[in-house]
Amino acid sequence: MAQKQKRIELQPWQDPKAKPYIHLEGVSKEFRGTLAVDDVTLSIFQGEFFSLLGPSGCGKTTILRMLAGLEMPTTGKIYIDGVDVTHRPAYDRPVNMMFQSYALFPHMTVEQNVAFGLKQERIPKLEIQERVKQALKLVQMDKLGTRQPHQLSGGQRQRVALARSLVKRPKLLLLDEPLAALDKRLREQTQFELVSIQEEVGITFILVTHDQEEAMTMSSRLGIMDHGRMRQIGTPNEIYEYPHSEYVADFIGSINKFEGRVVEDETDHILVESEEAGCELYVSHSADVPVGSQVKVAIRPEKIMIAMTPPEQKRNATKGIVKDIGYLGDVSIYHVELKSGKIVLATQPNIVRLAERPVTWDDQVYLFWRAENSIVLTA
Amino acid sequence: MLTKLSPTLKTFMTLGYGFLYLPILTLIIFSFNSSRQVTVWQGFSTKWYRSLLQDEVLIKSAWVSLQVATFSASAAVVFGTLAAVVLVRLGRFKGRSFFGILTTAPLVMPEVITGLALLLLFVGLEQIIGWPKGRGILTITIAHITLCMTYVTILVRGRLSDMDRSLEEAALDLGARPLKVFMAITLPLISPALISGWLLAFALSLDDLVIASFVAGPGSSTLPMVIFSSIRFGISPQINALATIIITGVAIGVMVAGWLIHRKKY
Amino acid sequence: MNKVLRKVQSSFTSPFWAIIVPYGWLLLFFLIPFLIVLKISFSDLKLGLPPYSPLTEWVEQGVLVIKLNFTNYSFIGTDALYLFTYLDSLIIAIIGTLGCLCIGYPMAYGIAKTDPPLRIVLLMMVILPFWTSFLLRVYAWIGILSPHGFLNTALIKIGLITTPLTLIDTTFATILGIIYCYLPFMILPLFASLEKIDHSLVEAAYDLGARPFQAFLRVIWPLSMPGVIAGSMLVLIPAVGEFVIPELLGGSQTLMIGKVIWNEFFTNRDWPVASALAVLMLIFLIIPIAIFQRLQERQVRFLDAD
Repeated sequence: MAQKQKRIELQPWQDPKAKPYIHLEGVSKEFRGTLAVDDVTLSIFQGEFFSLLGPSGCGKTTILRMLAGLEMPTTGKIYIDGVDVTHRPAYDRPVNMMFQSYALFPHMTVEQNVAFGLKQERIPKLEIQERVKQALKLVQMDKLGTRQPHQLSGGQRQRVALARSLVKRPKLLLLDEPLAALDKRLREQTQFELVSIQEEVGITFILVTHDQEEAMTMSSRLGIMDHGRMRQIGTPNEIYEYPHSEYVADFIGSINKFEGRVVEDETDHILVESEEAGCELYVSHSADVPVGSQVKVAIRPEKIMIAMTPPEQKRNATKGIVKDIGYLGDVSIYHVELKSGKIVLATQPNIVRLAERPVTWDDQVYLFWRAENSIVLTA
Repeated sequence: MLTKLSPTLKTFMTLGYGFLYLPILTLIIFSFNSSRQVTVWQGFSTKWYRSLLQDEVLIKSAWVSLQVATFSASAAVVFGTLAAVVLVRLGRFKGRSFFGILTTAPLVMPEVITGLALLLLFVGLEQIIGWPKGRGILTITIAHITLCMTYVTILVRGRLSDMDRSLEEAALDLGARPLKVFMAITLPLISPALISGWLLAFALSLDDLVIASFVAGPGSSTLPMVIFSSIRFGISPQINALATIIITGVAIGVMVAGWLIHRKKY
Repeated sequence: MNKVLRKVQSSFTSPFWAIIVPYGWLLLFFLIPFLIVLKISFSDLKLGLPPYSPLTEWVEQGVLVIKLNFTNYSFIGTDALYLFTYLDSLIIAIIGTLGCLCIGYPMAYGIAKTDPPLRIVLLMMVILPFWTSFLLRVYAWIGILSPHGFLNTALIKIGLITTPLTLIDTTFATILGIIYCYLPFMILPLFASLEKIDHSLVEAAYDLGARPFQAFLRVIWPLSMPGVIAGSMLVLIPAVGEFVIPELLGGSQTLMIGKVIWNEFFTNRDWPVASALAVLMLIFLIIPIAIFQRLQERQVRFLDAD
């Protein structure tokens, strides 16, 4: 019982009584006749680390800019902490943004940059000094306060930009591709730092990114966008394991899809006949699909097992020829061609070293998976 | 460095720069000639510089020119910057492209036409509303502002377009109101363009003969007008001396401005 | 209600005035004057100041009558001298422009190929004369070209000639003056477009088997075309209306339209004819000005990226 209570605290979106902190109600934005954001409704809760994920031009940045007050929605309403801020200008919102380019003022020192926002609030000088110091300490930049932005490295600039937007203690912090300008190593390291800083300050973060890995590791929940529409909102796990649509399934990770016809639709499972897969596909959770309809059954590569001998199960089991092996170090990706010509990807951890691996090119292998690991895609 | 260029190109460039600078050099050298005969060297002298200081007409006209140039350069920077901000930052509005054309047109308009047109305007205005009363420093200044703001607009427009727009958005986001954003962020960042715009406007105003001749009135002759009327009758070493002073002044000004602008790293 | 208030409020803050001030200024002091020139070119010469008759008249019963008087234009049309002046101005300006291009292109190319520290110096050296007095730069050539000037003195000393050549007060001197004074206007846009050309394009042309001259003709020249056009227009347009250079270097044999307008205005005090000449000159220049404007707008629109 106590455990369950705790779960709801950590996952307020599961609590129907919880009040959303940020709320977008049917927000659309039109730019010269094209809809950049199309009727998006979204609730984000206090303390969340929410990510908006999608390809470039999907409207995620526009949502961020509307939250910041840098764009006004064409229709719809935006609430922050229960207050309608839809038409409030950027300088009058309890929201701060970290820009993709960091947008550090080149003619000011690091300290002056961080103090800029506080000065606008007419806070006493001493307090400004104190808060700037604290903010720079938080991002470990307290020693470089008198430098100018052009004297800093990319990672350092990113920290200053973060300090500058945090120092105002906004109700909401927006991050526009904050790590895009950093190299891969620094990016991974910074991801965890960002999360721990967010936990420390307790401010709600909304992050925009096109990097799915980034979104998966950092967020409490994420929203997948496409052409201005919100395709799915959920925890990283939900999005990965239970994508509602082909688009979301394809966008996050890679996935194998088999076309087929529904032959059984029971409460606890459905059965799909698929020529493409070369076997009957048994999915152990139901989806609302009538018998006879065409569907796609999807299975992630790492959930497929490979064997040289036929498995016991007849359903969810097929065979094919290994056409290609992609060696990634920790895992290998096997490209297996089925009888139907369909190429199936199966990932296997490299528990043994390459030379000793039993499966190799042109081998006939058996592929099989557990019924609960596949999903039915309806859209 | 120059080693990449072929010998032919190098020779050509040397000749080209020679072509640009030799005439100016002759002006400077012969300003120190003691002979009245400008083209025959007779010995070093600075007497033409001294006689320059005693030429009251020249000094008065130089004063007029400096006043006009200072005022019109300053006004041109204000108007030209406003025009550039409107064109770059205000997005689309009715008549924007017409405004764009209007801001660059004075650049290519032959001076004779601009001068004539402005004079006719001033005469007409005086007839209808009684302002401006006669012609003089005021009318020259108005004409020069019109001419110079074009150059300022082009310079500032380039600088504004190069500027990362998210800097202004970041300032807004941090709570600064639009006017404050302009003063605290935009203005400092476009200041190099403002400095070079002011200097260019100043130089153009100081240099203009044709437009000033049309719109000037009695007693408001500018320096170029006085120089022009004296060189119409041939060359004089005194003008050489004046040329040397102007050229040296401009060269120092341009170099100082260049240093000021390039000193800033951003 | 709130919306209306905001609208009223925002109309008093900067954007509104930011448009009105420069726009109004240019309308009043640039556009309207041209309409007045157009108007006066249709009126009669009259003694007195201003020396033209009003175009509109209130005749009895308060009817506004506009009298369009084409006499100025027909006067210009019948006098072949004016026609030749227009043609001469155009020819002189075109030759001057081509001269600037021939000298300016290699120089701009050389500057663009030089590496930064020296490049900035070379560029500054092109800009510097542009900042110094136009009048004095023309004046320098009087000293060089006059019968006892440097050039004749030097040529006689070498023994190439015995009697001084007539250099000053010729069309040749005018063209030379135009090339000299307008050279920076040609070099700067040329440099701007040559600098932008990615050097790997030239390398790719070499790699594909082009010889240097072919690479230049097929790659560099077409890509520098915007600079060539902009530079040519920046020289051609003001050169057609040039007054100072033909006045000081051209003598009486060189008739250029700027000089003729000046004389009609200041010497003959015939403002209507001067206006008509100016209108005709504008019509002459409308095509090059339009080309320049379009080029400028396209370039700037690309910059604005709104």
